Amino acid sequence: MRNIMGTGPAREIIMPIVQMAIFVAGAGALCSVIMIILATLFQGSGADHLLQSTQGVGIFAYTVGNLPQVLIDGMTIGFVYAAIALGYTMVYGVLQFINFAHSEIFAIGAFAGVESLIALNAVGSLAKAGTIGSFGYFGLALLIGMAVAGGTAVFVERVAYRPLRNSPKLVPLISAIGVSFALQDIIRLTESLTTGQFYRVIPTFGNFDDRLTLFTIGSKAIDIQVKSLVVILAAVTMLVALNYLVKATKVGKAIRAVSQDPNTAALLGIGVNGVISLTFLVGGSLGGAAGVMYALKFTRIDPFVGFMPGIKAFAAAVLGGIGNLTGALLGGIVLGMIESFAGAYLGTFTQGAFGAEYKDMVAFLILILVIIFRPNGLLGENLSQKA
Amino acid sequence: MKEQIKLKINQFMTFVNKGRNPYFFSIGLLLLGFSVVYLSPRSIPGFLLFVFSASSIYWLKLHKSVQLALAVFVAIILVPILGGRNVFYLEVIFQIAVFSALALGLNIVVGFSGLLNFGYMAFYAVGAYLWAFFGSQQPYLLNTTVTTKPLHTPFFMAPDYFYLFIFLGVIVAAVLGLILGLPVLRVRGDYLAVISLAFGEIVRQLANNLDKPWNLTNGPQGITPVQRPTMPKGVLNMFNSIFDPVIGHRITENQAYNILFYLIALMVVIAVIVITYRLDDSKVGRAWTAVREDELSAGAMGINANKLKLGAFTVGASFAGAMGVLFAASRTFVSPETFTFLQSVGVLTMVILGGIGSITGVIVGATVVTLLNIQVLQSFSLYLSQLRQSDAAILGFHWKNLSNQLDPAKYQRLIFGVVLVTMMIYRPAGLIPAARRQRELDAEPDADELEGKGADRG
Repeated sequence: MRNIMGTGPAREIIMPIVQMAIFVAGAGALCSVIMIILATLFQGSGADHLLQSTQGVGIFAYTVGNLPQVLIDGMTIGFVYAAIALGYTMVYGVLQFINFAHSEIFAIGAFAGVESLIALNAVGSLAKAGTIGSFGYFGLALLIGMAVAGGTAVFVERVAYRPLRNSPKLVPLISAIGVSFALQDIIRLTESLTTGQFYRVIPTFGNFDDRLTLFTIGSKAIDIQVKSLVVILAAVTMLVALNYLVKATKVGKAIRAVSQDPNTAALLGIGVNGVISLTFLVGGSLGGAAGVMYALKFTRIDPFVGFMPGIKAFAAAVLGGIGNLTGALLGGIVLGMIESFAGAYLGTFTQGAFGAEYKDMVAFLILILVIIFRPNGLLGENLSQKA
Repeated sequence: MKEQIKLKINQFMTFVNKGRNPYFFSIGLLLLGFSVVYLSPRSIPGFLLFVFSASSIYWLKLHKSVQLALAVFVAIILVPILGGRNVFYLEVIFQIAVFSALALGLNIVVGFSGLLNFGYMAFYAVGAYLWAFFGSQQPYLLNTTVTTKPLHTPFFMAPDYFYLFIFLGVIVAAVLGLILGLPVLRVRGDYLAVISLAFGEIVRQLANNLDKPWNLTNGPQGITPVQRPTMPKGVLNMFNSIFDPVIGHRITENQAYNILFYLIALMVVIAVIVITYRLDDSKVGRAWTAVREDELSAGAMGINANKLKLGAFTVGASFAGAMGVLFAASRTFVSPETFTFLQSVGVLTMVILGGIGSITGVIVGATVVTLLNIQVLQSFSLYLSQLRQSDAAILGFHWKNLSNQLDPAKYQRLIFGVVLVTMMIYRPAGLIPAARRQRELDAEPDADELEGKGADRG
């Protein structure tokens, strides 16, 4: 009798999709429930009265009314974090090393994608493209971003990390910080030398800024931006592909073997250096793709754009259990949700005393608390010896 | 070729250090450096020459008492005179002193006990905001918004409380170091680096956002004016009556403040250096090394690793706290922009460049990076902008077409990054390795490339 999930390769495609759905639903439901309980508790408080007088709705109605939008935002940014977090976690799984430069790999991917779109825009292709065509061009930009970012990641590994592989742990870490800083200024230099501006704005094309109405509650329409939908779909596709690569192919088996025990893997005829390069290529291109998606969602990028998403994605990787692919996915989604909820409700509930500007700090606090109280993360395997 | 150069340098050094030669050399160099800077106060090579000649007191083989006398003479007499001629040098030396103290503090954490700290600026920020809050009108402005400062708000404290606050800064930063140190007990190595990064960012963001519900930090605009300690008229007049003929003009009160802050910074740095030296040579210092090299074995020898790590964090933080108070007073202005991750990595770069764990090395590292940052790069930028305004062209390329963004002073990150990577790959022990680390590295068979370096450390 065949397994209901299918066997072998098919299973590796269906499983992660089911997982993601569970994670999104679970994290979203948990956050919503907490929020609704909080809203109930805050009824009659100063925040409630303030809302009543300014917007004419009670805090409970306000919270519930905004929930779908907040959930969609949280899911979108959560998938971007998950895609970046996978880069951290893959490298950590293989080398037990935090690749601090990954946030700049992300930025390089973003710039490569945006620059190619700007070039396409300059020749006029984007203006002529229809709906399908503009999706095609975005896909092309995504691929270019992935290729450039992946290539950079491999290069960085070869130049700055491989010579230090047998050094004490802090040495490659310091080197990684150095690479991260140097890359930021290299991006800035190349970008500013060509145009005199070091930031880039993604050209507007296609129907990415339109809003699709998903459903209506009463008179209020719940809609989603096309670009958010594109980001979610692209991220899900890539995450499934990655999962397939790691879990169901021979190359993936080699990666897992090296991450478990490089010496034994080498004895069994696996080229460890090649596998490590491949890991950086895969992780880097995922980061690059996340960069292009980030640029699509937030439109403006600068050379230092990678820092915040990078550290948040690292927080996500740690939250899920670093070295664990599923964990990175879970961590990214959970962090995206929490951040989105904090950004949407913190200001309202504290009557403006602590506004959305504290949402960055939420990620840092989560990072610190997780590392102190549960260093293995939510789904962590026993990595405490390696850490 | 390399060997020959090394040999030549060695021969030269033996000649320099033979008999009475070092005395002639050091005094000659000092006279040369001093007169060059005195005659052309704006020349940067001249200033670098002066820094070099002042450092010769350290590396020439002089009698200890002569060394001390010369150092005091340079610090108390020569530098203030030159500072009177061109006050910018006092600023440079002040910054070198501040960053040396910071780098020495970080060196205790990173170098002695081997804990990577990416959030070191947080302690500096705490010291700075401590005095910025109590030494300004801010306590009376708690319920005002950022832009509406009522006129004629009185200052909260008398300016001379500043001296007390240097010590308070030490204590507050130390307590904060203890709090951050607590997670250290749970995690190791790279996780700690990330925690400290997050901690540093949290402190910066708090400084940025705590303008509501109570206006504690005045938000991104920062607190200004912060008080400076009072400058008695008598001291200023006395200084002028003594040095007026040498400097050539009477110095103003602002210049006198520069000299005052330079002297305070000098005292703090000397205190820091003495403490660091004593710690390095003490039982605690050896225990730190033991914990850094092998925590398990250290524990087996009866060393309480947790206590020592906490101690390292506390001591390192306290230096930064003192310097923070000094910084706030000298700038009369504090804003969150000063305490970024970039600055934390900058201080780390100083430590790595000079030599992890090496006191001389760290000071050299701080000097080199600070000079690079605020003098060499700035003047290079100035030069480029002059070129841009001129009509000069090279190989058909017109300088005025050069992008405005190409401003070397803005590319600190590139320099920090390249320095960190190259040092890690080629000289992980730094330019002037610590004597103890040198011995450890020499004991390992694969460290022969580092041999013989750092032998010049007296």
